[in-house]
Amino acid sequence: MLGERVAIVGAGYTPLRPISPEVSFREMIFEAAVKAYADAGIRPHDVSTFVSVAEDYNDGTAITDEYVPDQLGAVLKPVQTVSGDGITGLASLVMQLETGQLDLAVIEGHSKASNVVRPAHIQAFALDPIYARPLAFHPNYVAGLEMRAFLAATGNTEAQAALVAALNRASALRNPLAAYPARMTADDVLTSRPEAEPLKRGDIAATADGAIVLVLARESQLARYKLNGRPVFINGIGWGQHTPNIEERDLHRAIYAEQSGRMAYKMAGITNPASQIDFAEVDDTFSYKQLQHLEALGLAETGQAGRLLEQGVFSPGGALPVNVSGGHLGCGYTHEMAGLRSVLEVVLQLRGTAGERQLPGVRVGLAQSWRGIPTTSGAVAVLGRE
Amino acid sequence: MKPFSGTSLTDHALTTGEVLLTYWKVKAEYQWDAGLAMSTYLNGLKQGKLLGIHCPQCRRTLIPPRVFCELCFRPLDQWVELANIGKINTYSVSYVNWDATRRQTPEVPAVIEIDGASPGMGILHLMGEVGDTLEAITRRLKVGTPVQAVWKPDSEREGAITDIRYFRPIG
Repeated sequence: MLGERVAIVGAGYTPLRPISPEVSFREMIFEAAVKAYADAGIRPHDVSTFVSVAEDYNDGTAITDEYVPDQLGAVLKPVQTVSGDGITGLASLVMQLETGQLDLAVIEGHSKASNVVRPAHIQAFALDPIYARPLAFHPNYVAGLEMRAFLAATGNTEAQAALVAALNRASALRNPLAAYPARMTADDVLTSRPEAEPLKRGDIAATADGAIVLVLARESQLARYKLNGRPVFINGIGWGQHTPNIEERDLHRAIYAEQSGRMAYKMAGITNPASQIDFAEVDDTFSYKQLQHLEALGLAETGQAGRLLEQGVFSPGGALPVNVSGGHLGCGYTHEMAGLRSVLEVVLQLRGTAGERQLPGVRVGLAQSWRGIPTTSGAVAVLGRE
Repeated sequence: MKPFSGTSLTDHALTTGEVLLTYWKVKAEYQWDAGLAMSTYLNGLKQGKLLGIHCPQCRRTLIPPRVFCELCFRPLDQWVELANIGKINTYSVSYVNWDATRRQTPEVPAVIEIDGASPGMGILHLMGEVGDTLEAITRRLKVGTPVQAVWKPDSEREGAITDIRYFRPIG
């Protein structure tokens, strides 16, 4: 249980797009920040601390956080960079607020994925330099290894993974933020070109550009700042990591998701996630990842995620809607910002401002992130209307 | 001095593989979106102009320009053309190449406060026509020395900070 609860009280974002040549990353963040502060009803001067989630090799600038304060209204204020996914950054900011020394806090995530000319080489640079890199495979092979192991161990199928991609792209049709909405079938995915078999092109989320800024406050400060809108409480947050050595992993399992789920559930007092969580945004950077993550988080029994998907349990009208935003497959994968995009969807849903895709009567939502290939790290946030 | 015990690591051991090393060259390549502010600024350089932007709230004129004021946190769109002259804010005399070899003739990086921009607003560039020796350079350049941009000819300008060849002292 947290000492004092922390709430998300403002959100600002740009739409996600495959490319964004008309704005610099600074101008993109400025747009999201202006919207977030207007949404919260604050001025940037009221904010006492900032976190930026960014990875130098994705941004193309060393110590990239030095370039963040101006467009956030954070000049001469403390700014800390978390070189990890958005929910890990959110955890760091929650801990800062838990000290009781700070009132309002802001987290920023951005992606200019389109500016990376050779993304596979940046991914490969994260592989072990002695044991893995000299083999010189395209780094997506790590997902291919995982996917085969996961399907073999659980009995989920390639067709069910393909259905994840088809459904998420279709859900994105109702999300004006999404970069890759599409009407497509599981068969379109299954017949797309093989990348790292069993992984096919259609199983892989394409990258997108965009920016998200969230404003956080301690519960006791909500009245003081006369904040706009309905606060969304962070009732549990957790993170986890497994081994960096690919050959030592349980490649069929998402151990980081199991760990981070346990940590967040304990904090939020959740003992039966499948019945206590109303809806979830889980990482689907690769289609099978959504099934693997749902099982790791206890939102589906082992081996059942694919079958429940086919039955419509995870559809917008089902018992446990998953990735109604379109997920990363439908919205676009945004590197470190990806976890914040999942959090953003949960916030919009819990506030009741998700428009056409609004889920009726939701009170508790989960957002889960994975840091992408070749990592075994991720995080989970459990958010609630109260 | 008393010799240390043990076996020294030699260049021979490293180059012949007695000691194993692993080598990796990263292909980190980027193509950044300049966006509104930087594109306008770079286009100005291509035309041989220094463009700044004015904030009507704090009344500063900013160069290099941005489309928001980082202090007032408001959008900006009042572009102004500034003179291609300014004053030395500070400079250094650099004798070292990228590979740590010594230069015969030094380079002179400088921060130049552009006339018409707010105090402290300026651009980073290099100095030319200042001599080849430390003595000559330090005699010619002081904090506050007026300087002027020396542009590349029209045909060679491409919309980059290097469209200015260098700044030279004037007066």
